Amino acid sequence: MKKFINDPADVVAEALAGLAAAHPDDLRVDVSEQYIARADAPRGGKVALVSGGGSGHEPLHGGFVGTGMLDAACPGEVFTSPVPDQILAATKAVDGGAGVVHVVKNYTGDVMNFQLAAELAADEGIAVETVLVDDDVAVENSTWTAGRRGTGATLLVEKIAGARAEEGGKLAEVAAIGREVNTASASFAYALTAGTTPAAGRPGFDLPEDEIEVGVGIHGEPGRRREKLRPARELVRSALDAILEAKPVNDGDQVIVLVNGLGGTPLLELYLVYGEVATVLAERGVRVARRLVGNYVTSLDMAGMSLTVTRVTDEMIRLWDAPVRTPGLRWGA
Amino acid sequence: MDVALALAWLRASAGAVAAESDRLTRLDSAIGDGDHGVNMNRGFAAVVAALDATPPDAVGALFVKAGGTLISKVGGASGPLYGSALRALGKALPPGPEVELAALAGGLEAGLEAVRKLGGAEPGDKTIVDAYRPALDAFEEAVAGGADLAGAAAAAARAADEGARATTAMQARKGRASYLGERSIGHQDPGATSTALIFKALADVTA
Repeated sequence: MKKFINDPADVVAEALAGLAAAHPDDLRVDVSEQYIARADAPRGGKVALVSGGGSGHEPLHGGFVGTGMLDAACPGEVFTSPVPDQILAATKAVDGGAGVVHVVKNYTGDVMNFQLAAELAADEGIAVETVLVDDDVAVENSTWTAGRRGTGATLLVEKIAGARAEEGGKLAEVAAIGREVNTASASFAYALTAGTTPAAGRPGFDLPEDEIEVGVGIHGEPGRRREKLRPARELVRSALDAILEAKPVNDGDQVIVLVNGLGGTPLLELYLVYGEVATVLAERGVRVARRLVGNYVTSLDMAGMSLTVTRVTDEMIRLWDAPVRTPGLRWGA
Repeated sequence: MDVALALAWLRASAGAVAAESDRLTRLDSAIGDGDHGVNMNRGFAAVVAALDATPPDAVGALFVKAGGTLISKVGGASGPLYGSALRALGKALPPGPEVELAALAGGLEAGLEAVRKLGGAEPGDKTIVDAYRPALDAFEEAVAGGADLAGAAAAAARAADEGARATTAMQARKGRASYLGERSIGHQDPGATSTALIFKALADVTA
Protein backbone atom coordinates (compact mmCIF):
# COMPACT_ATOMS: atom_id res chain seq x y z
CA MET A 1 0.00 0.00 0.00
CA LYS A 2 1.46 3.35 -1.06
CA LYS A 3 1.36 6.27 1.39
CA PHE A 4 2.71 9.80 1.60
CA ILE A 5 4.97 9.19 4.56
CA ASN A 6 8.65 9.31 5.47
CA ASP A 7 8.98 6.65 8.16
CA PRO A 8 5.97 4.80 9.59
CA ALA A 9 7.26 5.48 13.12
CA ASP A 10 7.18 9.26 12.58
CA VAL A 11 3.75 9.66 10.99
CA VAL A 12 1.87 10.98 14.03
CA ALA A 13 4.57 13.43 15.14
CA GLU A 14 5.12 14.73 11.62
CA ALA A 15 1.39 15.14 10.99
CA LEU A 16 1.14 17.05 14.26
CA ALA A 17 3.94 19.38 13.16
CA GLY A 18 2.14 19.87 9.86
CA LEU A 19 -1.16 20.67 11.59
CA ALA A 20 0.63 23.30 13.67
CA ALA A 21 2.25 24.81 10.57
CA ALA A 22 -1.09 24.90 8.75
CA HIS A 23 -3.01 26.67 11.53
CA PRO A 24 -0.49 28.97 13.22
CA ASP A 25 -3.06 31.54 14.34
CA ASP A 26 -5.69 29.21 15.80
CA LEU A 27 -3.77 26.28 17.28
CA ARG A 28 -0.86 25.76 19.64
CA VAL A 29 0.69 22.34 19.22
CA ASP A 30 2.98 20.90 21.87
CA VAL A 31 4.96 18.36 19.90
CA SER A 32 6.87 16.95 22.87
CA GLU A 33 3.78 16.48 25.12
CA GLN A 34 1.75 15.54 22.03
CA TYR A 35 -1.36 17.66 22.33
CA ILE A 36 -3.13 20.29 20.28
CA ALA A 37 -4.66 23.28 22.10
CA ARG A 38 -6.51 26.43 21.20
CA ALA A 39 -4.05 29.24 20.73
CA ASP A 40 -5.95 31.31 23.30
CA ALA A 41 -6.11 28.59 25.99
CA PRO A 42 -6.42 28.60 28.93
CA ARG A 43 -9.42 30.91 29.05
CA GLY A 44 -10.07 31.98 32.63
CA GLY A 45 -13.47 30.93 33.94
CA LYS A 46 -14.39 28.84 30.89
CA VAL A 47 -15.01 25.10 31.18
CA ALA A 48 -12.46 23.39 28.95
CA LEU A 49 -13.17 20.38 26.73
CA VAL A 50 -10.43 17.84 26.14
CA SER A 51 -10.77 14.84 23.91
CA GLY A 52 -8.42 12.42 22.30
CA GLY A 53 -8.02 8.98 20.89
CA GLY A 54 -5.96 7.09 18.42
CA SER A 55 -4.71 8.90 15.34
CA GLY A 56 -6.17 7.95 11.98
CA HIS A 57 -9.64 9.46 12.54
CA GLU A 58 -8.84 12.96 11.29
CA PRO A 59 -10.26 15.54 11.43
CA LEU A 60 -11.40 14.02 14.77
CA HIS A 61 -10.10 15.12 17.31
CA GLY A 62 -7.34 17.62 16.57
CA GLY A 63 -9.31 19.16 13.72
CA PHE A 64 -12.08 20.06 16.15
CA VAL A 65 -9.93 22.19 18.44
CA GLY A 66 -10.89 25.85 18.37
CA THR A 67 -13.54 28.38 19.28
CA GLY A 68 -16.85 26.72 20.14
CA MET A 69 -15.60 23.14 20.25
CA LEU A 70 -12.57 21.50 21.91
CA ASP A 71 -9.91 23.32 23.93
CA ALA A 72 -7.41 20.51 23.44
CA ALA A 73 -7.01 17.13 21.78
CA CYS A 74 -4.52 14.35 22.47
CA PRO A 75 -3.69 12.16 19.50
CA GLY A 76 -2.31 8.72 20.32
CA GLU A 77 -0.43 6.47 17.96
CA VAL A 78 -2.50 5.27 14.99
CA PHE A 79 -5.62 3.56 16.38
CA THR A 80 -4.09 3.58 19.88
CA SER A 81 -5.42 5.69 22.70
CA PRO A 82 -3.25 8.48 24.09
CA VAL A 83 -1.35 7.88 27.34
CA PRO A 84 -2.30 9.38 30.73
CA ASP A 85 0.70 11.79 30.87
CA GLN A 86 -0.36 13.30 27.56
CA ILE A 87 -3.99 13.71 28.61
CA LEU A 88 -2.91 15.22 31.94
CA ALA A 89 -0.59 17.70 30.20
CA ALA A 90 -3.41 18.80 27.87
CA THR A 91 -5.88 19.03 30.76
CA LYS A 92 -3.53 21.24 32.78
CA ALA A 93 -2.69 23.38 29.75
CA VAL A 94 -6.30 24.37 29.06
CA ASP A 95 -7.84 24.38 32.54
CA GLY A 96 -9.18 27.85 33.13
CA GLY A 97 -10.22 27.15 36.69
CA ALA A 98 -13.81 26.18 35.85
CA GLY A 99 -13.13 22.49 35.36
CA VAL A 100 -12.44 20.23 32.41
CA VAL A 101 -14.73 17.87 30.50
CA HIS A 102 -13.10 14.79 29.00
CA VAL A 103 -14.95 13.51 25.95
CA VAL A 104 -14.05 9.83 25.71
CA LYS A 105 -15.06 7.33 23.05
CA ASN A 106 -16.03 4.02 24.60
CA TYR A 107 -13.08 1.79 23.82
CA THR A 108 -11.31 -0.18 26.52
CA GLY A 109 -7.97 1.57 26.02
CA ASP A 110 -9.38 5.10 25.79
CA VAL A 111 -11.51 4.59 28.89
CA MET A 112 -8.56 3.25 30.94
CA ASN A 113 -6.08 5.95 29.91
CA PHE A 114 -8.56 8.81 30.42
CA GLN A 115 -9.55 7.33 33.80
CA LEU A 116 -5.92 7.26 34.93
CA ALA A 117 -5.45 10.85 33.65
CA ALA A 118 -8.61 12.07 35.42
CA GLU A 119 -7.31 10.59 38.70
CA LEU A 120 -3.97 12.36 38.22
CA ALA A 121 -5.77 15.64 37.41
CA ALA A 122 -7.93 15.31 40.52
CA ASP A 123 -4.72 14.88 42.56
CA GLU A 124 -3.65 18.27 41.20
CA GLY A 125 -6.95 19.89 42.13
CA ILE A 126 -8.55 20.00 38.68
CA ALA A 127 -12.25 19.05 38.54
CA VAL A 128 -12.82 16.63 35.66
CA GLU A 129 -16.15 15.33 34.35
CA THR A 130 -16.08 12.52 31.81
CA VAL A 131 -18.59 12.22 28.99
CA LEU A 132 -18.50 8.73 27.50
CA VAL A 133 -19.65 8.41 23.89
CA ASP A 134 -21.16 5.05 22.91
CA ASP A 135 -23.44 5.50 19.92
CA ASP A 136 -22.58 2.57 17.64
CA VAL A 137 -25.65 0.35 17.65
CA ALA A 138 -23.96 -2.39 15.60
CA VAL A 139 -22.53 -3.60 18.91
CA GLU A 140 -24.88 -5.10 21.42
CA ASN A 141 -24.77 -3.21 24.67
CA SER A 142 -24.57 -6.06 27.09
CA THR A 143 -22.42 -7.43 29.82
CA TRP A 144 -20.97 -9.73 27.17
CA THR A 145 -19.13 -6.99 25.30
CA ALA A 146 -17.06 -3.93 26.08
CA GLY A 147 -20.24 -1.99 25.28
CA ARG A 148 -21.17 0.12 22.30
CA ARG A 149 -18.36 2.00 20.58
CA GLY A 150 -18.01 5.74 20.29
CA THR A 151 -18.17 6.83 16.64
CA GLY A 152 -19.92 9.60 14.69
CA ALA A 153 -21.84 11.03 17.65
CA THR A 154 -18.52 12.18 19.09
CA LEU A 155 -18.61 15.10 16.66
CA LEU A 156 -22.09 16.13 17.84
CA VAL A 157 -21.13 15.81 21.50
CA GLU A 158 -18.00 17.92 20.99
CA LYS A 159 -19.85 20.57 18.95
CA ILE A 160 -22.89 20.95 21.20
CA ALA A 161 -21.11 20.66 24.56
CA GLY A 162 -18.35 22.90 23.19
CA ALA A 163 -20.89 25.59 22.34
CA ARG A 164 -22.38 25.33 25.83
CA ALA A 165 -18.93 25.83 27.36
CA GLU A 166 -18.16 28.75 25.03
CA GLU A 167 -21.25 30.65 26.18
CA GLY A 168 -20.31 30.20 29.84
CA GLY A 169 -21.95 26.92 30.86
CA LYS A 170 -20.82 25.44 34.15
CA LEU A 171 -18.92 22.15 34.36
CA ALA A 172 -21.98 20.10 35.29
CA GLU A 173 -24.10 21.74 32.57
CA VAL A 174 -21.54 21.18 29.84
CA ALA A 175 -21.13 17.55 30.83
CA ALA A 176 -24.90 17.08 31.09
CA ILE A 177 -25.67 18.33 27.59
CA GLY A 178 -22.84 16.21 26.23
CA ARG A 179 -24.34 13.13 27.84
CA GLU A 180 -27.81 14.02 26.57
CA VAL A 181 -26.52 14.27 23.02
CA ASN A 182 -24.84 10.88 23.34
CA THR A 183 -27.98 9.28 24.76
CA ALA A 184 -30.03 10.71 21.89
CA SER A 185 -27.63 9.40 19.21
CA ALA A 186 -27.27 6.16 17.30
CA SER A 187 -24.84 5.23 14.53
CA PHE A 188 -24.24 2.37 12.10
CA ALA A 189 -21.38 1.84 9.62
CA TYR A 190 -20.48 -0.19 6.55
CA ALA A 191 -17.03 -0.79 5.06
CA LEU A 192 -16.27 -1.58 1.43
CA THR A 193 -12.52 -1.96 2.04
CA ALA A 194 -10.25 -2.10 5.08
CA GLY A 195 -7.98 0.78 5.98
CA THR A 196 -4.20 0.39 6.01
CA THR A 197 -2.18 1.56 9.01
CA PRO A 198 1.24 3.04 8.17
CA ALA A 199 2.93 0.52 10.47
CA ALA A 200 1.22 -2.57 9.03
CA GLY A 201 1.43 -1.38 5.43
CA ARG A 202 -1.31 -3.77 4.38
CA PRO A 203 -5.10 -3.65 4.78
CA GLY A 204 -6.44 -4.77 8.17
CA PHE A 205 -8.63 -7.38 6.50
CA ASP A 206 -9.39 -8.63 3.01
CA LEU A 207 -12.82 -8.32 1.49
CA PRO A 208 -13.87 -10.07 -1.70
CA GLU A 209 -14.88 -7.68 -4.50
CA ASP A 210 -18.61 -8.31 -3.96
CA GLU A 211 -18.72 -8.30 -0.15
CA ILE A 212 -18.98 -5.62 2.55
CA GLU A 213 -18.38 -5.52 6.30
CA VAL A 214 -21.53 -4.66 8.19
CA GLY A 215 -21.30 -2.85 11.52
CA VAL A 216 -17.62 -1.91 11.41
CA GLY A 217 -15.97 0.37 13.92
CA ILE A 218 -13.39 3.02 13.14
CA HIS A 219 -10.20 1.07 13.89
CA GLY A 220 -10.09 -1.34 11.01
CA GLU A 221 -11.49 -4.04 13.25
CA PRO A 222 -13.79 -6.33 11.27
CA GLY A 223 -17.53 -5.81 11.63
CA ARG A 224 -20.33 -7.95 12.97
CA ARG A 225 -20.74 -9.90 9.76
CA ARG A 226 -20.12 -9.92 6.03
CA GLU A 227 -22.80 -9.55 3.43
CA LYS A 228 -23.05 -9.29 -0.32
CA LEU A 229 -22.89 -5.74 -1.58
CA ARG A 230 -26.39 -4.34 -2.19
CA PRO A 231 -27.62 -1.07 -3.72
CA ALA A 232 -27.05 1.98 -1.50
CA ARG A 233 -30.79 2.47 -1.11
CA GLU A 234 -31.10 -0.94 0.60
CA LEU A 235 -28.01 -0.49 2.78
CA VAL A 236 -29.26 2.88 4.00
CA ARG A 237 -32.64 1.40 4.82
CA SER A 238 -31.06 -1.45 6.83
CA ALA A 239 -28.79 0.94 8.73
CA LEU A 240 -31.65 3.28 9.57
CA ASP A 241 -33.75 0.30 10.70
CA ALA A 242 -31.02 -0.62 13.19
CA ILE A 243 -30.57 3.00 14.29
CA LEU A 244 -34.27 3.73 14.78
CA GLU A 245 -34.88 0.42 16.51
CA ALA A 246 -32.16 1.20 19.05
CA LYS A 247 -33.10 4.87 19.52
CA PRO A 248 -36.72 5.32 18.39
CA VAL A 249 -37.68 8.64 16.84
CA ASN A 250 -41.32 9.60 17.04
CA ASP A 251 -43.42 11.27 14.40
CA GLY A 252 -42.57 14.96 14.37
CA ASP A 253 -39.30 14.62 16.30
CA GLN A 254 -36.39 16.66 15.02
CA VAL A 255 -33.01 15.12 14.27
CA ILE A 256 -29.51 16.05 13.21
CA VAL A 257 -28.12 13.59 10.64
CA LEU A 258 -24.44 12.95 10.03
CA VAL A 259 -23.49 11.09 6.86
CA ASN A 260 -19.84 10.41 7.55
CA GLY A 261 -17.23 9.06 5.19
CA LEU A 262 -14.64 6.71 6.68
CA GLY A 263 -11.80 8.24 4.67
CA GLY A 264 -11.82 6.54 1.30
CA THR A 265 -15.33 7.21 0.02
CA PRO A 266 -15.94 10.07 -2.45
CA LEU A 267 -18.34 12.87 -1.51
CA LEU A 268 -20.29 11.95 -4.63
CA GLU A 269 -21.31 8.70 -2.93
CA LEU A 270 -21.86 10.35 0.46
CA TYR A 271 -24.33 12.81 -1.07
CA LEU A 272 -26.07 9.95 -2.86
CA VAL A 273 -26.35 8.25 0.53
CA TYR A 274 -27.68 11.42 2.14
CA GLY A 275 -30.39 11.59 -0.52
CA GLU A 276 -31.50 8.07 0.41
CA VAL A 277 -31.43 8.94 4.12
CA ALA A 278 -33.58 12.02 3.53
CA THR A 279 -36.12 9.94 1.59
CA VAL A 280 -36.41 7.25 4.27
CA LEU A 281 -36.65 9.73 7.16
CA ALA A 282 -39.31 11.76 5.30
CA GLU A 283 -41.35 8.57 4.84
CA ARG A 284 -41.21 8.02 8.58
CA GLY A 285 -42.27 11.52 9.50
CA VAL A 286 -38.88 12.47 10.95
CA ARG A 287 -37.92 16.13 10.55
CA VAL A 288 -34.27 16.64 9.69
CA ALA A 289 -33.40 19.90 11.43
CA ARG A 290 -29.72 19.97 10.42
CA ARG A 291 -27.44 17.70 8.47
CA LEU A 292 -23.72 17.30 7.84
CA VAL A 293 -22.18 15.31 4.97
CA GLY A 294 -18.45 14.65 4.69
CA ASN A 295 -15.39 12.91 6.12
CA TYR A 296 -15.31 13.77 9.83
CA VAL A 297 -14.72 10.61 11.88
CA THR A 298 -12.55 8.54 9.61
CA SER A 299 -10.67 5.26 9.68
CA LEU A 300 -7.57 6.15 7.65
CA ASP A 301 -8.27 5.24 4.02
CA MET A 302 -11.16 2.86 4.64
CA ALA A 303 -13.83 3.06 1.97
CA GLY A 304 -17.06 3.11 3.89
CA MET A 305 -19.56 5.31 5.60
CA SER A 306 -21.43 5.69 8.84
CA LEU A 307 -24.84 7.16 9.55
CA THR A 308 -25.56 8.97 12.80
CA VAL A 309 -29.02 10.13 13.81
CA THR A 310 -29.38 12.34 16.90
CA ARG A 311 -32.81 13.27 18.22
CA VAL A 312 -32.43 16.89 19.20
CA THR A 313 -34.17 19.50 21.30
CA ASP A 314 -34.47 23.15 20.24
CA GLU A 315 -31.70 23.88 22.72
CA MET A 316 -29.37 21.39 21.02
CA ILE A 317 -30.14 22.94 17.63
CA ARG A 318 -29.35 26.39 19.00
CA LEU A 319 -26.00 25.11 20.28
CA TRP A 320 -25.32 23.28 17.00
CA ASP A 321 -25.84 26.56 15.14
CA ALA A 322 -23.56 28.52 17.47
CA PRO A 323 -20.31 29.81 15.94
CA VAL A 324 -17.49 27.32 15.56
CA ARG A 325 -13.99 27.94 14.24
CA THR A 326 -11.83 24.84 13.95
CA PRO A 327 -9.79 23.29 11.12
CA GLY A 328 -12.44 20.64 10.55
CA LEU A 329 -15.71 22.46 11.25
CA ARG A 330 -16.32 26.15 10.76
CA TRP A 331 -19.39 28.31 10.58
CA GLY A 332 -20.63 31.62 11.97
CA ALA A 333 -17.17 32.61 13.20
CA MET B 1 14.91 -12.99 42.71
CA ASP B 2 17.48 -10.20 42.75
CA VAL B 3 17.68 -6.95 40.79
CA ALA B 4 19.89 -8.48 38.10
CA LEU B 5 17.47 -11.34 37.53
CA ALA B 6 14.44 -9.02 37.45
CA LEU B 7 16.22 -6.87 34.89
CA ALA B 8 17.13 -9.95 32.88
CA TRP B 9 13.47 -11.03 32.90
CA LEU B 10 12.26 -7.68 31.55
CA ARG B 11 15.06 -7.66 28.98
CA ALA B 12 14.11 -11.16 27.86
CA SER B 13 10.45 -10.08 27.71
CA ALA B 14 11.44 -7.16 25.49
CA GLY B 15 13.39 -9.54 23.28
CA ALA B 16 10.46 -11.94 23.07
CA VAL B 17 7.87 -9.33 22.12
CA ALA B 18 10.28 -7.89 19.55
CA ALA B 19 10.86 -11.32 18.03
CA GLU B 20 7.14 -12.16 18.06
CA SER B 21 5.92 -8.67 17.15
CA ASP B 22 4.64 -9.69 13.73
CA ARG B 23 2.80 -12.69 15.15
CA LEU B 24 1.13 -10.57 17.85
CA THR B 25 0.09 -8.05 15.21
CA ARG B 26 -1.30 -10.81 12.97
CA LEU B 27 -3.35 -12.22 15.85
CA ASP B 28 -4.57 -8.73 16.68
CA SER B 29 -5.47 -7.99 13.05
CA ALA B 30 -7.79 -10.99 13.06
CA ILE B 31 -9.90 -9.86 16.00
CA GLY B 32 -8.65 -6.40 16.99
CA ASP B 33 -6.96 -3.50 15.32
CA GLY B 34 -3.59 -4.97 14.45
CA ASP B 35 -1.26 -2.98 16.67
CA HIS B 36 -0.51 -5.24 19.62
CA GLY B 37 2.95 -6.26 18.39
CA VAL B 38 3.97 -2.70 17.60
CA ASN B 39 2.69 -1.35 20.90
CA MET B 40 4.23 -4.06 23.09
CA ASN B 41 7.52 -3.71 21.27
CA ARG B 42 7.55 0.07 21.73
CA GLY B 43 6.61 -0.27 25.40
CA PHE B 44 9.14 -2.92 26.42
CA ALA B 45 11.91 -1.20 24.45
CA ALA B 46 11.11 1.93 26.49
CA VAL B 47 11.18 -0.12 29.71
CA VAL B 48 14.65 -1.47 28.96
CA ALA B 49 15.88 2.01 28.01
CA ALA B 50 14.47 3.54 31.21
CA LEU B 51 15.96 0.84 33.44
CA ASP B 52 19.35 1.03 31.69
CA ALA B 53 19.42 4.81 32.13
CA THR B 54 18.81 4.73 35.88
CA PRO B 55 18.79 1.18 37.26
CA PRO B 56 16.81 0.95 40.53
CA ASP B 57 18.58 -0.84 43.38
CA ALA B 58 15.49 -2.66 44.68
CA VAL B 59 13.45 -5.33 42.92
CA GLY B 60 10.13 -3.71 43.82
CA ALA B 61 11.23 -0.26 42.63
CA LEU B 62 12.40 -1.81 39.38
CA PHE B 63 8.98 -3.29 38.61
CA VAL B 64 7.22 -0.06 39.65
CA LYS B 65 9.41 1.90 37.27
CA ALA B 66 8.87 -0.61 34.47
CA GLY B 67 5.10 -0.45 34.97
CA GLY B 68 5.05 3.33 35.03
CA THR B 69 7.03 3.39 31.79
CA LEU B 70 4.53 1.07 30.08
CA ILE B 71 1.62 3.25 31.22
CA SER B 72 3.43 6.34 29.90
CA LYS B 73 4.58 4.93 26.59
CA VAL B 74 2.14 2.36 25.24
CA GLY B 75 -1.41 3.68 25.23
CA GLY B 76 -4.29 1.45 24.19
CA ALA B 77 -5.48 -1.11 26.70
CA SER B 78 -2.26 -3.08 26.88
CA GLY B 79 -0.26 -0.15 28.31
CA PRO B 80 -2.46 0.44 31.36
CA LEU B 81 -3.05 -3.30 31.89
CA TYR B 82 0.56 -4.52 31.74
CA GLY B 83 1.77 -1.29 33.35
CA SER B 84 -0.64 -1.62 36.27
CA ALA B 85 0.29 -5.30 36.67
CA LEU B 86 4.00 -4.53 36.95
CA ARG B 87 3.38 -1.56 39.26
CA ALA B 88 1.20 -3.67 41.55
CA LEU B 89 3.81 -6.45 41.50
CA GLY B 90 6.53 -3.98 42.46
CA LYS B 91 4.49 -2.31 45.18
CA ALA B 92 3.60 -5.66 46.75
CA LEU B 93 7.24 -6.70 47.12
CA PRO B 94 9.20 -6.02 50.31
CA PRO B 95 12.01 -3.45 49.90
CA GLY B 96 15.51 -4.60 49.14
CA PRO B 97 17.76 -5.90 46.38
CA GLU B 98 16.45 -9.47 46.65
CA VAL B 99 13.03 -11.02 47.32
CA GLU B 100 11.96 -14.47 48.43
CA LEU B 101 9.97 -16.83 46.21
CA ALA B 102 6.83 -16.53 48.35
CA ALA B 103 6.95 -12.73 48.12
CA LEU B 104 7.31 -12.94 44.35
CA ALA B 105 4.25 -15.22 44.18
CA GLY B 106 2.32 -12.70 46.24
CA GLY B 107 3.48 -9.90 43.96
CA LEU B 108 2.34 -11.78 40.87
CA GLU B 109 -1.04 -12.26 42.56
CA ALA B 110 -1.26 -8.49 43.15
CA GLY B 111 -0.40 -7.93 39.49
CA LEU B 112 -3.25 -10.14 38.34
CA GLU B 113 -5.62 -8.40 40.74
CA ALA B 114 -4.65 -5.04 39.21
CA VAL B 115 -5.41 -6.33 35.72
CA ARG B 116 -8.78 -7.66 36.80
CA LYS B 117 -9.65 -4.47 38.66
CA LEU B 118 -8.80 -2.20 35.74
CA GLY B 119 -10.15 -4.35 32.92
CA GLY B 120 -12.94 -6.15 34.71
CA ALA B 121 -12.14 -9.39 32.91
CA GLU B 122 -12.89 -12.82 34.35
CA PRO B 123 -11.38 -16.14 33.26
CA GLY B 124 -13.02 -17.19 29.98
CA ASP B 125 -13.41 -13.66 28.60
CA LYS B 126 -10.55 -14.24 26.11
CA THR B 127 -8.05 -11.81 27.60
CA ILE B 128 -4.67 -11.58 29.37
CA VAL B 129 -6.36 -13.14 32.40
CA ASP B 130 -6.76 -16.45 30.57
CA ALA B 131 -2.99 -16.89 30.45
CA TYR B 132 -2.10 -15.06 33.66
CA ARG B 133 -4.52 -16.92 35.98
CA PRO B 134 -3.39 -20.46 35.06
CA ALA B 135 0.26 -19.35 35.04
CA LEU B 136 -0.08 -17.99 38.56
CA ASP B 137 -1.93 -21.10 39.76
CA ALA B 138 0.85 -23.29 38.39
CA PHE B 139 3.52 -21.05 39.91
CA GLU B 140 1.92 -21.17 43.36
CA GLU B 141 1.31 -24.90 43.15
CA ALA B 142 4.96 -25.50 42.24
CA VAL B 143 6.14 -23.27 45.08
CA ALA B 144 3.86 -25.10 47.53
CA GLY B 145 5.34 -28.37 46.25
CA GLY B 146 8.84 -27.19 47.08
CA ALA B 147 9.98 -26.10 43.62
CA ASP B 148 12.62 -23.40 43.23
CA LEU B 149 12.13 -20.30 41.09
CA ALA B 150 13.28 -22.09 37.92
CA GLY B 151 10.82 -24.91 38.50
CA ALA B 152 7.93 -22.62 39.33
CA ALA B 153 8.66 -20.38 36.36
CA ALA B 154 8.80 -23.36 34.01
CA ALA B 155 5.43 -24.59 35.28
CA ALA B 156 3.96 -21.10 34.93
CA ALA B 157 5.26 -20.76 31.37
CA ARG B 158 3.70 -24.08 30.35
CA ALA B 159 0.36 -23.16 31.93
CA ALA B 160 0.37 -19.68 30.37
CA ASP B 161 1.02 -21.16 26.94
CA GLU B 162 -1.80 -23.69 27.37
CA GLY B 163 -4.06 -20.92 28.65
CA ALA B 164 -3.28 -18.72 25.67
CA ARG B 165 -3.97 -21.58 23.26
CA ALA B 166 -7.27 -22.29 24.99
CA THR B 167 -8.47 -18.75 24.17
CA THR B 168 -8.87 -19.81 20.54
CA ALA B 169 -12.15 -21.53 21.33
CA MET B 170 -13.49 -18.65 23.43
CA GLN B 171 -15.83 -15.85 22.44
CA ALA B 172 -14.39 -12.49 23.50
CA ARG B 173 -16.37 -10.62 26.13
CA LYS B 174 -13.93 -7.80 26.86
CA GLY B 175 -11.89 -5.40 24.76
CA ARG B 176 -12.12 -4.70 21.08
CA ALA B 177 -12.50 -8.35 20.06
CA SER B 178 -15.84 -8.43 21.88
CA TYR B 179 -17.35 -6.31 19.10
CA LEU B 180 -16.99 -9.31 16.80
CA GLY B 181 -19.30 -11.50 18.84
CA GLU B 182 -19.11 -15.10 17.64
CA ARG B 183 -16.64 -14.14 14.94
CA SER B 184 -13.96 -13.85 17.63
CA ILE B 185 -14.10 -17.65 18.08
CA GLY B 186 -11.30 -19.53 16.32
CA HIS B 187 -8.60 -16.90 16.91
CA GLN B 188 -6.03 -16.96 19.70
CA ASP B 189 -6.17 -13.86 21.89
CA PRO B 190 -3.19 -11.54 21.33
CA GLY B 191 -3.13 -10.32 24.95
CA ALA B 192 -3.09 -13.85 26.36
CA THR B 193 -0.35 -14.65 23.85
CA SER B 194 1.88 -11.78 24.96
CA THR B 195 1.31 -12.79 28.59
CA ALA B 196 2.53 -16.29 27.73
CA LEU B 197 5.64 -14.76 26.13
CA ILE B 198 6.40 -12.85 29.33
CA PHE B 199 6.08 -15.96 31.52
CA LYS B 200 8.23 -17.90 29.05
CA ALA B 201 10.84 -15.14 29.35
CA LEU B 202 10.87 -15.69 33.14
CA ALA B 203 11.35 -19.41 32.63
CA ASP B 204 14.15 -18.80 30.12
CA VAL B 205 16.16 -16.49 32.38
CA THR B 206 15.77 -18.68 35.47
CA ALA B 207 16.45 -22.03 33.75
